[in-house]
Amino acid sequence: MTAREPGEGAAMTAGEGGAGATATVLRVLVPVVLALIAGGLILLVLGKDPLDYYGFVLQRSLLRWGGAQETLTRMAPLLLIAAGLIVAFRAGIWNLGGDGQFLLAAVASAALAPVLSEVLPRGPVLILCMMAGALVGVLWSLIPALLKARYGINEIITTLMMSFLGTSLANVLIKLVLYDPNTTVPQTRSLAVEDRLPRLFGTSIHCGLLLAVLAVILVHLMMTRTAFGLKLQVLGANRAAAIHAGFRVERLTVVAFAISAGLIGLAGAVEVLGVWGSVRADWNPALGLLVVPLVFLARLNGYAVIGFTLFFSALMVGGETAARRVGVPQHYVLVLVALLLLFLALVEYLDQSRRKRMAMKA
Amino acid sequence: MATVAALRKVTKRFPGIVALDGVSLEFHAGEIHVLLGENGAGKSTLVGLLAGMQQPEEGEILIGGKPERIDSPRRSMDLGIGAVFQQILLVPSLTVIENLMLGGSWLRPLARAAALRRFTELSALLGVSLDPDARVSGMSLGEQQQVEIMRALWRGEKLLLLDEPTSMLTPQGVADLGRMMRRLREQGVALILITHKLLEAYEFGDRISVLRLGRVAGEIDPERLRTLSEAERTEAVIRMMFGEPAGEGEPAVEGEAPREGHAPREGHEKEVAILLGRKLHDAHAGNRSAPAILSVRDLSTTPDFTETALHEVSFDLWAGEVLGIAGVDGNGQKHLAEALAGQRPLRQGRITVAGTDVTQGRVPERRQCGIRYVTDDRLGEGTVGTLSVAINFLLKEIGAPPYWRHGIVDWDLIHRDAREKILRNDVRTPSEFTPIGKLSGGNIQKVLLARELDAEANVAILNKPTYGLDLQNQRLALDRIGAAAARGVAVIVISTDLDELLEISDRIGVMFQGRLAGIVDNDDAAPDKVRRLMTGAAA
Repeated sequence: MTAREPGEGAAMTAGEGGAGATATVLRVLVPVVLALIAGGLILLVLGKDPLDYYGFVLQRSLLRWGGAQETLTRMAPLLLIAAGLIVAFRAGIWNLGGDGQFLLAAVASAALAPVLSEVLPRGPVLILCMMAGALVGVLWSLIPALLKARYGINEIITTLMMSFLGTSLANVLIKLVLYDPNTTVPQTRSLAVEDRLPRLFGTSIHCGLLLAVLAVILVHLMMTRTAFGLKLQVLGANRAAAIHAGFRVERLTVVAFAISAGLIGLAGAVEVLGVWGSVRADWNPALGLLVVPLVFLARLNGYAVIGFTLFFSALMVGGETAARRVGVPQHYVLVLVALLLLFLALVEYLDQSRRKRMAMKA
Repeated sequence: MATVAALRKVTKRFPGIVALDGVSLEFHAGEIHVLLGENGAGKSTLVGLLAGMQQPEEGEILIGGKPERIDSPRRSMDLGIGAVFQQILLVPSLTVIENLMLGGSWLRPLARAAALRRFTELSALLGVSLDPDARVSGMSLGEQQQVEIMRALWRGEKLLLLDEPTSMLTPQGVADLGRMMRRLREQGVALILITHKLLEAYEFGDRISVLRLGRVAGEIDPERLRTLSEAERTEAVIRMMFGEPAGEGEPAVEGEAPREGHAPREGHEKEVAILLGRKLHDAHAGNRSAPAILSVRDLSTTPDFTETALHEVSFDLWAGEVLGIAGVDGNGQKHLAEALAGQRPLRQGRITVAGTDVTQGRVPERRQCGIRYVTDDRLGEGTVGTLSVAINFLLKEIGAPPYWRHGIVDWDLIHRDAREKILRNDVRTPSEFTPIGKLSGGNIQKVLLARELDAEANVAILNKPTYGLDLQNQRLALDRIGAAAARGVAVIVISTDLDELLEISDRIGVMFQGRLAGIVDNDDAAPDKVRRLMTGAAA
């Protein structure tokens, strides 16, 4: 990851597209193919058959109906986190505290859901719990947001610190306060399967996926079609210009932080209410930081992020089984993601210098 | 006379332009060689080539008669070439001697004793007395420039390049610099002085070369220069800058006697006036019978890290009047502009516009009252380089109807109107979608001027509106400012270029250490009064 401001790069405004679309697709597809080839070469060096590995991944995650459902289910929290990160990064804010926001929101909704279920019907319970999750996410972002807005304190440091505190606090809460006395391993009370988020059309995919897709689309529209979104883009691209133009920079910073953390909190709530039903102590999927490279691969574009999330989700679901079958470490998936980033940067660089040369000739 | 450095048919291209086109020049020991030319004529590229920051594509550079490949600033310095740029490039938190030792090798320990010896040597050479252990941040701009010159000469003193060195100096500083240049000349150093002011060229130069559109348009050698009167010199230079192409053969210095003494070429009177720093003032004379439109009382701001804060600044401004703000850079001008525009909180004071107290208002409220601000930092603050020209036209109106309704954008309307504004203001851009950062400074300034000097403007603050523009665009900017004043806008122009202020202002105020040292009427005595105020003396 380079150190440049996240809000830089091509602006997401109307008037793009058309002839540039093919080039954009190529700029994404070429690195993907190169990363898969380079990853295959690494497998060859390890003495494994890359085609075996990729075949297993594909079969497990997409070709088999059960696997495909799992892949799509896995997308829901990733998409919500991505939506949250797009808002923050576009506004030039490095919200790297996603893990803490996600986990605390998950614990809050996991603790609340079984209690509320005793008095309320399923619909209101789920809605209230998702709202609670989002709210907890927002609250956990307030300290970094206010420090950034008021004193200009670097949010990379504060969000990461709050993330450590958040994951620890979540554990403490589960182990000391919110644990279910009927289980041996400390965990929150479990939400009954029939009280969880409704499944879609008799599949195992819960409706959180729809919510997540909707969130991504809404965020994309907000960034491209509204005055608020454009102000966030200006803030992200040039903070001095935002002050010069008379924006309420402090307020914008806090609001962007809140939307970002709220969506990430919502991701935590959806994951608990849709899949797990409870939170065990020491559970931390650490999705917050995993999604960061995906969002940059998609160049902070909401629609592109859906594709990348699907790709990554399939790798995660299929990668585990494939790694076991072929006999490579499970974290091999991360090697692929890293290669992908590397090639993306490389292709971007080559493309830029090609354009510069063309400009020279013109 | 020995030729220290020479360019032979040097060509350098950048995307879209030929910066230098077959340029041949010679620089001699013990001579101050002035390079004149508009912005974009290729002066800076020439400096870049000699300083090792760029390499020529064709042709060669000879140093001491030998062809050299100057592929890095280090190589350039090793060859005895030093460059002093417009901006100060010292580390403010370090001392003089530390700054001078910075260029050394990575691994070798710092040799303070040796450095001090060289420092003493150069001090004697330049005739300056600086404390080697003084912190740079506490020094005046003139002293800082002396350190810059020392650093440029640190590893040898064959050739010294000075790129518009007087632009930020006080009159005293300019005089000191002139003394230093003459001393170096006596020591046999070849000096290249880049300027766009004719009078400076006459005062310091032994030889004058004019660059135009990347070519040498002509040269006046020392013998010739001595025999010409000032009027004749001007006539010759003007011809080279604007007149017939004098590329081939002898430059156009032979000549018919200048017509009517000073008469410049037809159609270029205004550019010539800027070059000569001659006054071209036609008073718009604000209407003093009506109450002042802008009234500022006891304005003070809180100091921050870089800029000087304001101390109890008070003045009145009438509609249709142009108030120039002179002063050496960094004496509170930036705070004054920002405080008036509403983007900087006030410590104390009161601002009223047309009788309405706007002290509490921020930028949107101030804009509502017709206050407009054109910043001097066009790309860093005035625009968002990655966003389109169309958006930058509306940067301060985001969310306002008719372009946004209930916060939802109407891109078609924005782009349609932007096309029209681009035509009306003659902005040279491929399209309204082009990121504004890709445009030239002059075109970006056209966008800013169009945005700020709109029909609803009452009070316009312009911070260095012509800074970094070529003559044509300087002219254009000043014309638009004049037109706005004629429309009845009260205008404040902040500039470090006194000649420019003398040209357009009705009154001139001087900032010194955060205070408004005084305001003088723009009459014949104004230049002297302003110069005195700039140094902190009473008018």
